[in-house]
Amino acid sequence: MAGQVSDREQATRRITTPLSDEVVESLHAGDRLLISGTIYTGRDAAHKRLIALIDSAGPTTSGRMDAYSPKLLDLGLKGMIGKGSRNEAVKEALKRNKAVYLGATGGAGALLSRRIVKAKVVAYDDLGPEAIRELEVKDFPVVVINDMYGGDLYVEGRKEYERKVHS
Amino acid sequence: MVREVDVARITEAVARLAVEACTYLGDDMVAFFEKAAEREESETGKDILFQLLENARLARTANMPLCQDTGLAVVFLEVGQDVHLVGGDLEAAVNEGVRKGYTEGYLRKSAVADPVDARVNTGDNTPAMLHTRIVPGEKIRVIVAPKGGGAENMSALAMLKPAQGRQGAIDFIVDTVSKAGPNPCPPIIVGVGLGGTFEKAAYMAKHSLLREVGSTNPDPRLAKLEDEIERRCNALGIGPAGLGGITTVIDVFVEEMPAHIASMPVAVNIQCHSARHKEAVL
Repeated sequence: MAGQVSDREQATRRITTPLSDEVVESLHAGDRLLISGTIYTGRDAAHKRLIALIDSAGPTTSGRMDAYSPKLLDLGLKGMIGKGSRNEAVKEALKRNKAVYLGATGGAGALLSRRIVKAKVVAYDDLGPEAIRELEVKDFPVVVINDMYGGDLYVEGRKEYERKVHS
Repeated sequence: MVREVDVARITEAVARLAVEACTYLGDDMVAFFEKAAEREESETGKDILFQLLENARLARTANMPLCQDTGLAVVFLEVGQDVHLVGGDLEAAVNEGVRKGYTEGYLRKSAVADPVDARVNTGDNTPAMLHTRIVPGEKIRVIVAPKGGGAENMSALAMLKPAQGRQGAIDFIVDTVSKAGPNPCPPIIVGVGLGGTFEKAAYMAKHSLLREVGSTNPDPRLAKLEDEIERRCNALGIGPAGLGGITTVIDVFVEEMPAHIASMPVAVNIQCHSARHKEAVL
């Protein structure tokens, strides 16, 4: 069973950060990717402070950051990694700024931590688990949830497998 | 006969079980992932399920938490009425166990005091969310069930009108799962409490989550209800991680008790796929 993940990743597209416009333009909701390069984490309290910089060995529910994300995207953020639905304001900001929202598997902290080569706290040390960390990742598995064209895998994926049930 | 038990033993048990629960996923869950990965129709959904299997294997072999959200420490104590607890305050002993387990086990501390304002981390993941029951006998059963925030946030309780009946209850439960969508880390366990009062309904929903995945409710009427809810939830198409698929629900567990003639409480406690609980009998 251990080989299943690596076998399935053979054919997966690899991208590196920082994300260029060309790469973002080529991404569509539903694409499976492996990311390598530097990324930054930030939970609730860090977002609050950033707005008054810029997810974790595992992602947290991103909707709690919806109030802050559009502004960060307008300031140049090109990609976000998290889990869970985003609101319309965030989706609009993705379109406006040529940016993407990527989903990492929630609750797979042990697996994802193996894909983090290096981590260091770069801001807000006092926030503990909510501090901002710089992570260097290698083949970090994500799926494109929201692309810059308005595509939304949470809506499209669900529609594809929705069935009528007689209750 | 009264049996004396030192509360320090409860501290030790809570500390050990917290670490074990966060590190070793139950065999019932692993068996579910294996079966689900085989039958899932979505290729992306299969990816996720294989990741979760690999994640459980890695956590077990490398001794690390399954999920970075090691939760609030929900603790169920079933204390035999013939036990005499000595050596200190029971609740303090449970909290000491949480402190020890989360600190020495390097589990994330996710508890914040002053929850609606300053939200200051308590530093040691205390207090425990403690539920104590006095039961016959001279044993103590300790269950530690760390509960992550993402799935807890998508849980709901409704005081429905009795006229809404069985169908109204099912609709509310399925609707809660539907609205939760990808947020609670599907596939999920749907814990349901029917009847009682407001707080009893919520407690039953939480307590139901301790059942073994794949087990059948001994009450045939509730077993049928569970099947019906499961079928409807899986038809939502949410799938693993919410990316679309036929595996939305791992299992549905229902507990019920009589309600007031004017009330029909329905509580839905959602459990993410990191369904963690371990127990010991002292």
